[in-house]
Amino acid sequence: MAIQSPSLDLTAGAGTGVRLTPVAITRGYWQSVARRLRRDPVTLVCGVVLLLVVASALAAPWLGLSDPYKTSMIRRLYPIGSPNFLLGTDELGRDMFSRLIYGGRLSLFMGVTPVVLALLIGGFLGITAGFLGGRVNMLIMRIMDVFYAFPSVLLAISLSGAMGAGAENTLLALTLVFIPPICRVSESVTTQVRGFDFVEAARASGAGTLTIVRVHVLGNVLGPILVYATSLISVAIILAAGLSFLGLGVKPPEPEWGLMLNTLRQAIYVNPVLAALPGVMIFITSICFNLMSDGLRAAMDVKA
Amino acid sequence: MLLYALRRLIYLGPVAFGVSLLVFALVHLAPGDPISAIVPPDTPKEVVDKLKEYYGFDKPLPVQYVRWLLVTLSGDFGTSIGTGRPVSQEVGSAFGNTIILAIAACCLAFSLAIFLGTAAAYAKSRIVDRLVTSIALVGVSVPHFWLAIVLVIIFSVELGMLPPMGLGPENATGWRLDWPHIRHMILPTIALSVIPLGVMTRTVRSTIKEILSMEFVTALQAKGMNDRQILLHVLKNAAPVCLAVMGLQAGNLIGGSILIETVFSC
Amino acid sequence: MDSVLSVDRGGPAQPLLLAKNLRKHFPIPGGLLGRATRVVRAVDDLTLSVAKGETLGVVGESGCGKSTVARLLMRLIKPDRGTMILDGDPVDEPHGITVNELRRHVQMVFQDSYASLNPRLTIVETLAFAPKAHGLPHAEARGRSRDLLAKVGLEPDTFADRYPHELSGGQRQRVNIARALALRPRLVILDEAVSALDKSVEAQVLNMLVDLKDEFGLTYVFISHDLNVVQYLSDRVLVMYLGKIVEIGDVEAIYGKPQHPYTRALLSARPTMDPRRRTQEAPIQGDPPNPIDPPSGCRFRTRCPFAESVCAGTEPVLADTGKQSVACLMYVPGSGHSKAA
Repeated sequence: MAIQSPSLDLTAGAGTGVRLTPVAITRGYWQSVARRLRRDPVTLVCGVVLLLVVASALAAPWLGLSDPYKTSMIRRLYPIGSPNFLLGTDELGRDMFSRLIYGGRLSLFMGVTPVVLALLIGGFLGITAGFLGGRVNMLIMRIMDVFYAFPSVLLAISLSGAMGAGAENTLLALTLVFIPPICRVSESVTTQVRGFDFVEAARASGAGTLTIVRVHVLGNVLGPILVYATSLISVAIILAAGLSFLGLGVKPPEPEWGLMLNTLRQAIYVNPVLAALPGVMIFITSICFNLMSDGLRAAMDVKA
Repeated sequence: MLLYALRRLIYLGPVAFGVSLLVFALVHLAPGDPISAIVPPDTPKEVVDKLKEYYGFDKPLPVQYVRWLLVTLSGDFGTSIGTGRPVSQEVGSAFGNTIILAIAACCLAFSLAIFLGTAAAYAKSRIVDRLVTSIALVGVSVPHFWLAIVLVIIFSVELGMLPPMGLGPENATGWRLDWPHIRHMILPTIALSVIPLGVMTRTVRSTIKEILSMEFVTALQAKGMNDRQILLHVLKNAAPVCLAVMGLQAGNLIGGSILIETVFSC
Repeated sequence: MDSVLSVDRGGPAQPLLLAKNLRKHFPIPGGLLGRATRVVRAVDDLTLSVAKGETLGVVGESGCGKSTVARLLMRLIKPDRGTMILDGDPVDEPHGITVNELRRHVQMVFQDSYASLNPRLTIVETLAFAPKAHGLPHAEARGRSRDLLAKVGLEPDTFADRYPHELSGGQRQRVNIARALALRPRLVILDEAVSALDKSVEAQVLNMLVDLKDEFGLTYVFISHDLNVVQYLSDRVLVMYLGKIVEIGDVEAIYGKPQHPYTRALLSARPTMDPRRRTQEAPIQGDPPNPIDPPSGCRFRTRCPFAESVCAGTEPVLADTGKQSVACLMYVPGSGHSKAA
């Protein structure tokens, strides 16, 4: 009665005299996702660029850069390519290259942390709402609707404005902004998975709720939630920079890309290219995160 | 259907209540109290207390909330204690400009996005599709306030074609639909429209692609309908999703324009 | 793992599973505030017993409540009313057994072989899940799972570490059957378990089900819309219409001498291989009525060729007519129906 697997007959080169090598066809889901990612040049390049930005930001103090806080009244707004100042100097004579590298620390931190926090909180709330359904779902999702009533940019600006400038308040505001969308996505994928027969079958086996969630639900919902969260990172980076640009985020003299854009605005007539540089950094990281998210989505989308 | 709409409206009640609570909380999150913000720092405490009593700031927060809610619901937004002018008037003039800008950006972004997205979904050549998806990607990734600066640098500083800031010609009061005013709006509108353009192009493209792969399209083709008639069916089916995303984007434009207006403010 | 309940308690005469007056109405959210104003009467006052070692076939059109019955018997959904007794022990009652204990002895195979397997787990992980949830050590659970794979005709070395998408539909359904057997149940509910398979594969799986039944001493509740398959597998057959039993009896009686007009119509609609035995009886017309507002009296009367005014007023109850029980006024003496004795 044993049935031969049809896939075994598909070994390459069958019948052509080529030596048959049994192919290991069984591969875990995450393994095959990783393999597809490795074969995606765009995602790879983006990954490398992001790795460079993150690594240089983290290692900034040990890279032998000049002091990003050291001002000088005599060497203000040096053009790009000046000796000793590869990317020139800003309106207070500080080294631009050094400030751009150092700026990555705060800018990336302010972009990634809120999404991670919102992923933990919103993901937990959404999965709970989706799995339990009923009144719990109603309560959680209606509260989320309240936050959803505000456009995200407006909510971030008004929260930051109300709580006052500062990195902590920006983090808090952005986390609050990203919890509702992540919660909503988590809730909808969990509701979908909960309806599958394999969850019914698990319930029929008499397993406890927590065991079912851990073994059968999480494995199937974390992927889509994660993809969605990575797509939010680029929004978060832009929003965080935007808040600093408005003076609602990081306070001077900290190097941060959004804040640098703001303070360099007065220099657009003197040294326009220099004035646009911090935005280039925001743009590059945000586009890389977006492409990574697209690549991840594509890699995880394939069923078989 | 009518019942469904009514039920949704009733659900709106608790949400609206939550929103009002949130707005009220936002105001009271602000550090310091509003009286200390307008009086000189050396004002005697009795005077400050008197003022607080006058404006009702001495009452407990729930009382303040109910008072505020009732007054606001009756359409009276109160008078700014900073300037003494009615709040509606104060916010209104600024909000009017934001709305004009947001509407212009909406029109630009949505019309372009529907065209580009549909073109990409229908495109037989990979190049068109690639081009459109790249534009969309840039749209969703670019910090629009930076783009505004770059636009100013290129068109105002370097080329001197368009004004770098302001709402209209100097000494002009209010907004009018004439060339000098429109000239001032070109750059902010472009900058403001990139994000919705990117998001909407992606949405339109993927929605239409999905619909095109459905079997009813094959059935319509088999029936002998021509491409234009089929496109009508496809667009009709894509409309609900796209309109929903458009609504969200339009809301975001109002928030996003704060950043753009900062760039172009004098 | 094997509790006292695994051994036969009531002896052969005690039905393995008795369900009395089971009722499930699903509320439909409606009205202004989302309150349920109307209900779908999915299962209405259903009473059945499953004898030890038999196969009870359940047939009926789609939407007649077959799957709801399956889920009720497994307690995947809670009945609004009614009692269940498993081999003498009431279920979910103070002096009876818990729902969890019921689920150890009653297992189920779902129709959609793909949706009923977790795509992120290997076959052996899926099979070992239930035994592990009931406290079996990891290694032992895996060992049992591999044995089960062999029992359902899948070579353990080849299939144990595969993922569901690497299997064919028939192979996946074998895995689902193995999963149902993993807790050593006494009763297995097969809800359209072979309906989605190719005919050739279906035959293999059916034969396997017969073999497994003998080997493990199982009892089946076999739900299907395929009358031929039910005839092949079942000892007794239950015919459902709009959440109610219309006829129940031995397979020979039901197929040989169907009495309820609905059963007759169903059987006559069956295509036959023999050109000399063309169907004479007219098939039933139209779709079943909406279970939200089922017809008064006999629920089949709107499509019944013998319906009379009395059918609208009196609801027929199941009555013994010798070899089977029928819920039809034509078989109730003195009911007022012109065909009644």
